[in-house]
Amino acid sequence: MREITLQRFAIALVIAGIVMTLLPLMVGTYTLTLLLVYGMLAMSLGLIWGFGGILCFGQAAFFGLGAYAYAIAAINFGESTVPMIIAVLVPAAFAAVLGGMMFYGRLGDVYLGVITLVVTLIFFKFMNSTAGPEYVIGTARLGGFNGIPGYQTLNVPGLPEQYIYGDSLYYVTFIALFVVYWLVNWVLQSPFGRVAVAIRENEQRASLMGYDIRARKTVLFAVGGAIAGLAGAFYANWAEIVTPGLFSLGQSAEIIIWCIVGGLGTRLGPILGAAGLAYLKFKLGQQMLIDNAVITGIILVLFVLFLPKGLVPAIEKIWRLSVGRKRGRRPARSRRGRAASHG
Amino acid sequence: MDLAAVIVVETVYAVASLILISAGLAIVFGMMKVINLAHGEFMMMGGYATITAVNLGINIYIAMLVIAPIVVGLIGLLVERLVIRHLYGRLVDTMLATWGLSLFFVGIVTMIFGNTTTGISTPIPGISIGDYQINGYNFFIVIISILLVLLIYFVLKGTRLGLIARGTMQRSDMAAALGYSPDRIYMATFFVGSALSGLAGAVLAPLVGLVPSSGGAYIAKAFITVISGGPSVIAGLISSGGFFGVVNQFFTFAISPVVGEVALLVSAVILLRLLPQGVTGRFLKGKL
Repeated sequence: MREITLQRFAIALVIAGIVMTLLPLMVGTYTLTLLLVYGMLAMSLGLIWGFGGILCFGQAAFFGLGAYAYAIAAINFGESTVPMIIAVLVPAAFAAVLGGMMFYGRLGDVYLGVITLVVTLIFFKFMNSTAGPEYVIGTARLGGFNGIPGYQTLNVPGLPEQYIYGDSLYYVTFIALFVVYWLVNWVLQSPFGRVAVAIRENEQRASLMGYDIRARKTVLFAVGGAIAGLAGAFYANWAEIVTPGLFSLGQSAEIIIWCIVGGLGTRLGPILGAAGLAYLKFKLGQQMLIDNAVITGIILVLFVLFLPKGLVPAIEKIWRLSVGRKRGRRPARSRRGRAASHG
Repeated sequence: MDLAAVIVVETVYAVASLILISAGLAIVFGMMKVINLAHGEFMMMGGYATITAVNLGINIYIAMLVIAPIVVGLIGLLVERLVIRHLYGRLVDTMLATWGLSLFFVGIVTMIFGNTTTGISTPIPGISIGDYQINGYNFFIVIISILLVLLIYFVLKGTRLGLIARGTMQRSDMAAALGYSPDRIYMATFFVGSALSGLAGAVLAPLVGLVPSSGGAYIAKAFITVISGGPSVIAGLISSGGFFGVVNQFFTFAISPVVGEVALLVSAVILLRLLPQGVTGRFLKGKL
């Protein structure tokens, strides 16, 4: 993991700024906002799976929970600042409880997968059955299969009349994604993140070194839940309706596919995978010849078989083999020099 | 009294259908440690194979018990040769690849049959108990499940083929040294597992309106039943199927079907938390 320096942050800021202004020239901001939301969602799983080694089959649960929490809170409060915070806190708290239950029980990989999957299904079944008027939180009806429409969408903090929508929602989401991305970067290069990677590599060794694996995994899981919840809140603002479909298995599957295709264990990979595949799906949805699921399925199978590490590591490798070779020696020498000076 | 009889019948049926749904997955997971997330789609294709065969004028029992297992078994064979065999020993990768396959099959079936509900009527009329009416087909499913469990037990325990299969699953290198090709045996086991999935889907087809995405309804239940059952194929299947079936029906009759479903899922979470290796990881160890 390279360190975060002011220089690297500044470069990233400039690149992000350029990308942010150039993207709307190619794709409509309405679609772009959704791609960004999916990118954030993929980043949440990329963090806990790629760096923490926790394969969660139910990341959609936190996404949906965030969206629902936002919608319910927005109806009750009539503005959006507090609901946004609630939409992050509720999934994080839920993830902490669920994660604590699983990690303190020392459940294995497969069992973890089953439980997260089951929890997602519970939400899906429960939300689908809440059509009756008795399912009310505050003044918000849960609405069952039809979901919750018509809540207050994002507004300027303190000014409930100043809505943020359309182009400005796109810019806000982009900035949020950028901030979260650098927060994730910061977490990963902090001691906490480094120990998380150590746990992924060898759980037993890390625990023998005296790190409390269960607590660390739980916290990481909660952070992942918080990011997914934030993505859910932005989704709720974009779609202006939340439905139980957010909790569906298909949604969970897609998040995993994004991470695999983009590249596990990279920070940018899941975001690019999510945006790329979601855009592909959007384009494919416009033709009638081949069903969407066929292509998604083939992509997943081919990647697992032939490119299990994902696109970003593969591109990095090609880059290093072709372009990077000429310059390859210089960084190596400087690194050695630095190590020597430390020694 | 009548109600009690109905509840007993419904509970037995719930247990039987859980076992039926999970049998194919249990074989593949218990024997080969491969989790086939396309299991639900295999069942769905079994259902479509049956419906297609019936529409072509074939006897419904032949369609369900012969044609569907063979068709789905062959699809499974193809899948094993093309995808799964490259991934043995990589549990998470097989899960992901088979998830991809499940999406693929949903898409293909949607393209062929369209995204509409199809179905056939049950071949057995209803039976009345007092004031209540029970679907006579439920008894058929119970009988099929019992026969299926007995058959799996007999084949694994009593035949030379079962012995070779079990030996290979325990120590494939030893089996190879004794002259049996593990590759072939894995292939055959996956074929049998897929065929059982097809059979289950076919037998359940008259009860449900079939859509290309109906596999999703089965996979979660089957997955939970098999994982909660633990390492033993038959003992695990019966114990967890029995437990979940009873929990489901208890809450269904006490409160509502939705609560029954949710109770099943919640009890699965609690069960796995208490017995992380599944039921047969703790009890009935070493049984088949």
